[in-house]
Amino acid sequence: MAKDKAGRPIVVVTGYGVVTSLGAGKQDNWAKLTAGQSGIREITRFATDGLKTRIAGTVDFVSIGSAINAPELSQRFAEMAGEEAVAQSGIGSRGDFPGPLFLGVAPVEIEWQQRHEVAVAAGANDALSYNDLTRAGESGRFENYYERFLFGSVADGLAEKFGTKGAPISLSTACATGATSIQLGVEAIRRGETDAALCIGTDGSVNAESLIRFSLLSALSASNDPPTGASKPFSKNRDGFVMAEGAGALVLESLEHAQGRGAKILGVIEGLGEMADSFHRTRSAPDGKPTIGCITHAITDAGLSPDDIDYINPHGTGTPENDKNEYISIAAVFGERARSIPTSSNKSMIGHTLSAAGAVESVFSLMTLEHQRVPPTINYAVPDPAIPLDVVPNVARDARVTHVLSNSFGFGGQNVSLVIGREPR
Amino acid sequence: MAERENNLRETWITGIGIVSCLGEGLDAHWQGLNAPPPAADATSFAPYIVHRIVPLEFDRQIPKKGDQRQMEPWQRIGTYAAGLALDSAGVKGRQEFLSRMDMIVAAGGGERDAQVDLNVAANVDKAAKAEAFVNERLMSDLRPTLFLAQLSNLLAGNISIVHGVTGSSRTFMGEESAGVEAVRVAHARIQANQSDLALVGGAYNAERWEVMLHFALGRRLARGEPKPVWERGGMELGTIGAFLVLEEKAHAQARDATPFARIAAVTSDHVKRAPGAVTGALERMWSKIAPKLNATQAAVISGAAGVAPATEEERAFLSRQNLAVRATGTHFGHGLEPQFPANIALAAAALRAGRLYPGNASETAMDSGLKQVAVTSIGHWRGEGLALVEAV
Repeated sequence: MAKDKAGRPIVVVTGYGVVTSLGAGKQDNWAKLTAGQSGIREITRFATDGLKTRIAGTVDFVSIGSAINAPELSQRFAEMAGEEAVAQSGIGSRGDFPGPLFLGVAPVEIEWQQRHEVAVAAGANDALSYNDLTRAGESGRFENYYERFLFGSVADGLAEKFGTKGAPISLSTACATGATSIQLGVEAIRRGETDAALCIGTDGSVNAESLIRFSLLSALSASNDPPTGASKPFSKNRDGFVMAEGAGALVLESLEHAQGRGAKILGVIEGLGEMADSFHRTRSAPDGKPTIGCITHAITDAGLSPDDIDYINPHGTGTPENDKNEYISIAAVFGERARSIPTSSNKSMIGHTLSAAGAVESVFSLMTLEHQRVPPTINYAVPDPAIPLDVVPNVARDARVTHVLSNSFGFGGQNVSLVIGREPR
Repeated sequence: MAERENNLRETWITGIGIVSCLGEGLDAHWQGLNAPPPAADATSFAPYIVHRIVPLEFDRQIPKKGDQRQMEPWQRIGTYAAGLALDSAGVKGRQEFLSRMDMIVAAGGGERDAQVDLNVAANVDKAAKAEAFVNERLMSDLRPTLFLAQLSNLLAGNISIVHGVTGSSRTFMGEESAGVEAVRVAHARIQANQSDLALVGGAYNAERWEVMLHFALGRRLARGEPKPVWERGGMELGTIGAFLVLEEKAHAQARDATPFARIAAVTSDHVKRAPGAVTGALERMWSKIAPKLNATQAAVISGAAGVAPATEEERAFLSRQNLAVRATGTHFGHGLEPQFPANIALAAAALRAGRLYPGNASETAMDSGLKQVAVTSIGHWRGEGLALVEAV
């Protein structure tokens, strides 16, 4: 039977790929993740003079030439993760993916390098005006920048590369973006619109202006020394998140379609949960109602009860606010069990991959299911007595894992939870 | 698939909120379309042309000044239009509906502090260390809250905060395509019993230099005097906010909601622009609605962007369908993400009136009663979409 309890097509994962500051590909990432290694480092891509935060989980091993900008990097990371996922699934043929693309990607804007180049072409001086800039801009020399910095350009490049079908959807739900891309893919398969979907979350936006923006909101850790110690989810001395880059990609298929072509089933996206928070732009409702509702919806949608969840991959950013709120929500949903369910934050090692996080962490959740091993929360030296969770401190451990809850919570009241299972029921 | 089609539920439009240079609300827009286009602004952003939005009393939809201060204009315009749509649907402030209302916002964002950008760009070359200079200026000159006012998903976030829409919240990006996909997905979810009630739309603020600069790099802007869409050869940008409340038929009936119209189909395409590509996309999309069309009572509302050659291809294709065509951008400019939702709203206005608006000299008259409107989106770069909107 290829339908779930609610009579909907069961949606399975048949391929996944990942790129983070730890490396390219799932094997390399998993080895380092379970060894408790950090990918956080001193920023070398741009000058950090005058900045409070000088560290990030940048992906520095990928060369894309001189045009280093967020959409270019985001596209490259997404290509790498997507190629790995599609190759593993064996679906379609090269450049001919039999379904749509759902791409979680950071909003794009013309960056300083480009603005500077146009200003130079305009003959920058004290009296520089937008008339000067647009006149220089219309020379035609910068046509490629126009296209590169359209919001739809990353998805367009990926749709062409993978040969996905129909109009690709670019989406952004802040730090929940990657999870939303999966959610949209699952919904499309459940309603019978497609048999397969390529869902990717990607982020290559570690640049000076993005870092400054988060810094001005006091969201970032400034524990620069050593960089590997900066991301401290659930610790009492946590002082913010660490910006990071990467991509996660999943090939989703209806169980029927996957079985029909003899594909190996790597996991099941069993439940989707969502509830927006109307409390504040950057802070969560103090009573945790929206995140509690979000988690509960995901578990209910999966046809499960909280007792069935045996691992939590939390949002766990390491900001004072998120981790406290997330604990309150987990405690409300799971009661006494909250203290004993392994709950480890990948972000302690790879940082916060922002628009990619939900997808990257879904990949790691699938690997946790596959290997029956839970990666640790590193940098856990000073427990926070207000957050009595089993965070799998500092060292990975073997565990029986059948259903994972993966949380993604973002600015703008964006809350998405996924329940990911090991095999079809 | 045939079985699936037959089991699909029906999507009604039960709420509309729209703001632009034509005014505020659907009635003002219908009156505006039935009059000559208002004068566009050809001086503020010369040599480019902008269809500026009428002044809005934001207090009426965003009562807290503190909320207004946290937003840049595009978010205020969108939050305002969303409030109008909720009012029009009769669900404003009604928690029992808002808490399970799904939301898909089509957003650009990236609204910048144009003066800060200009100051940095003018002086960066004089600095001993260019990157350090940019860091120093941005750290001291950027308002901390500007980030939230430019983030794409924060229009949706503000709608949640101000109006309490919390069932779900997704933000699609990608210029015109974002608007098409937002409507398509919201409609598909209602059809497939994944949603009963949805708020869908977007907002665009054309009145800013950084967007002029971006489109100038691609030479996609019309210059000089305002012209009808079909004669522009480039975009005349327009500031637009447009939201629709989409609702499953039985859900609407159960609460005695009056429909403006029904959405019978939404389809989209994706082509790399080359000669004939837009025609191909239109042929594929048109074939999906053609079996439902009754030519004697149907017309087309076109979202043509005005760019050559896509707009010429669209015009040639539509002229072969023997239907009256109106390009609404002539009246309110091109607003990218919200253009498609806005045109569906205007189609609903025409269906409610039972007739098409007169159009200009180059647009064919239509005297017979109107029951169906095909709404096109051929974006300025990508973003091919087509909806069929019908009288209920």
